[in-house]
Amino acid sequence: MKENRPVKIKVEDLVLIFGKNKENALQMLKEGSIKKEILSKTQCTVGINQANFEIYEGEFFVIMGLSGSGKSTLLRCLNRLIEPTSGNVYVNGDNITRKSHRELLDVRRTEMSMVFQKFGLLPHRTVLENVAFGLELRGEDKETRETKAQQAIDTVGLHGFERQSPAQLSGGMQQRVGLARALTNDPEVLLMDEAFSALDPLIKTEMQDELLGLQNKLKKTVVFVTHDLDEAIKLGDRIVIMKDGIIEQIGTAEEILTNPATPYVEAFVKKVDRKTIITAGTLMHEKPTHVRFGKDGPEGTLRKMRSTGLDVLPVVDEQNTFLGFVWVADAVQCANRQEKTVESILLTNVPTVSIEVTVEEMLPLITATRSPIAVIDWDSKRLLGIVSQNSVVIEATRFNEQEITKLKEHANNS
Amino acid sequence: MEKTIDIGQYVAIAVKWLMANLRPLFDFIKTTGNAGIESIEWVLVSVPFYITIALFTAVAWKYAGKRIATFTLLGLALIYLMGFWEETMQTLALIISSTVIALIVAVPLGIWSAKSQTAQRIIRPLLDLMQTMPAFVYLIPAVLFFSIGKLPGAFATIIFAMPPAVRLTALGIQQVPGDVLEAARSLGATQKQILFKVELPLALKTLLTGVNQTILLSLSMVVIAGMIAAGGLGEKVLEGINNLDIGLGFESGLSVVILAIILDRITQAFGNKGLN
Ligand SMILES: Nc1ncnc2c1ncn2[C@@H]1O[C@H](COP(=O)(O)OP(=O)(O)OP(=O)(O)O)[C@@H](O)[C@H]1O
Ligand SMILES: [Mg+2]
Repeated sequence: MKENRPVKIKVEDLVLIFGKNKENALQMLKEGSIKKEILSKTQCTVGINQANFEIYEGEFFVIMGLSGSGKSTLLRCLNRLIEPTSGNVYVNGDNITRKSHRELLDVRRTEMSMVFQKFGLLPHRTVLENVAFGLELRGEDKETRETKAQQAIDTVGLHGFERQSPAQLSGGMQQRVGLARALTNDPEVLLMDEAFSALDPLIKTEMQDELLGLQNKLKKTVVFVTHDLDEAIKLGDRIVIMKDGIIEQIGTAEEILTNPATPYVEAFVKKVDRKTIITAGTLMHEKPTHVRFGKDGPEGTLRKMRSTGLDVLPVVDEQNTFLGFVWVADAVQCANRQEKTVESILLTNVPTVSIEVTVEEMLPLITATRSPIAVIDWDSKRLLGIVSQNSVVIEATRFNEQEITKLKEHANNS
Repeated sequence: MEKTIDIGQYVAIAVKWLMANLRPLFDFIKTTGNAGIESIEWVLVSVPFYITIALFTAVAWKYAGKRIATFTLLGLALIYLMGFWEETMQTLALIISSTVIALIVAVPLGIWSAKSQTAQRIIRPLLDLMQTMPAFVYLIPAVLFFSIGKLPGAFATIIFAMPPAVRLTALGIQQVPGDVLEAARSLGATQKQILFKVELPLALKTLLTGVNQTILLSLSMVVIAGMIAAGGLGEKVLEGINNLDIGLGFESGLSVVILAIILDRITQAFGNKGLN
């Protein structure tokens, strides 16, 4: 679905090198030397090492990584606050890196705005004047400036603070001013560098929620830098993980958590509370062996159980609609009674979930019967897969990584 | 000990060369400069003393508070009553013109040295030299270029009083936080917009401290410039010294101190208000 969306920003072979001897460093980089090696040979720091990615229109794109990994540098290459050493950045298909200084100013004034960790407000101006600053730089008249600034101020919930000076406001309020200032220019892209990192946790959560609400309403493309994985997961449609200027992985939170591309990413995501992110869709065993109601009798059911080594199977009708589960012990008795169908032993009062339900939400479904959980399409009731109780428990408790892999292997092999 | 290295000789040669070849320029500077200083002086002297005192007191009241206003009123009245009003106004005229010229030169230099490493490397040692050289030494080229009078007095004063304004302008601009600059740039500010809408306003408080220092240094130099017939309180102080007239020396000295305190407190108050 996402791939059909128009691309807003495209980054192509982007390299950023700090220092004097850029040519040599670039050469070494192309030949595959690592950051440390280049630093010791040329005294150059590699900020960004050949980055390639696309950001879609209206996407909330998060850049994340540890301190010094190059997040801020990457973000600043998008509006050329830092001049890329080589490579291209396209915005709306336009090559930003080729633009003249004048054209670049225009891009900054109309297409992209930025929000900073330390706010970057002008202390000698009131909130209103700060918010209107971008329009002033653009040369708009006072009336337009104040009307638009007032709108932005209302949007971020700063009404009544227009005449105050920034120093009189709390950190959270100051960042609202920063956000309003960025919104006043009505840009298509918002660049945010650790915008909430300086705020205390409660305010931070509040601002995150409001930003999500805003983005839902205004449909801006947001590029958000953070070193906080929980924040990245909460906000990001997609996340890129950086290390030493290299993009280690790009994907949705769930893709990154379930399928870390490198050991670094794996170590990084270990701390995360996975049970709020991992969904039934990820955990389920797709296209499970099933019993077709009306076609498979108890004998057929037992044969399938034997061949898969499972003691419980889902039952579906011709349209693949999920009906319930049958257990091996019941099937044996049913066969002994020489019944033709599994109707008498079909358990219909069993847990079912839709694909986006998280592990946390599945925890209450775990019962003494150890019945698996059926994952179904909520509208058509078709069976999509099943999740074993074991995998939910392991995912929730996370006491054994190996067991998860084993379980997955097991499920894949069957 | 015998003199083995004679730097002074080269400086003298350079000065002589300048005198020989740039005579018309110096004359032009002298005529226009003198005219400028004298017209300021004329205004200050011809405005009735009570109006000047009232104005100063009002400004002090508005910016520096009641105590300074009272001091201004009483101090200026005392100067008038001691009979030094005209000399004080002459000195003030010289201070105003020197300070204005010093700032016109110093602020751009300060901005330049804040922005360019090269400029800083050139300007720094020059400022050190200008500040540590004994003040009297400036009188020599001043007299050589412009002979004696008000303009050479102002010339020496400008050189002597300029360094703190350069330094503090540069400091003020360098102190502007990086994130504020980045924010302005991210919104599409040009270099010029950044200078006038961000850097100078944020540097204003520090810059005004520089103005204050420049004014006080000009005042001290203006007195020394009395030695080259720059007029004003300096000449009175000198007269007191030459005639060993303790009364005259004390009274004219006191007038200088009063003027210094008033100018200092008022410009300091401007500096503090600069932020709000
Ligand atoms: N102006 C500069 N000159 C030289 N090296 C720099 C410069 N700015 C950043 N670097 C280096 O580039 C690398 C990336 O820095 P960057 O600021 O992009 O990291 P970051 O991921 O934003 O880190 P943080 O979380 O600390 O903000 C670091 O190794 C840093 O030391
Ligand atoms: Mg950073």
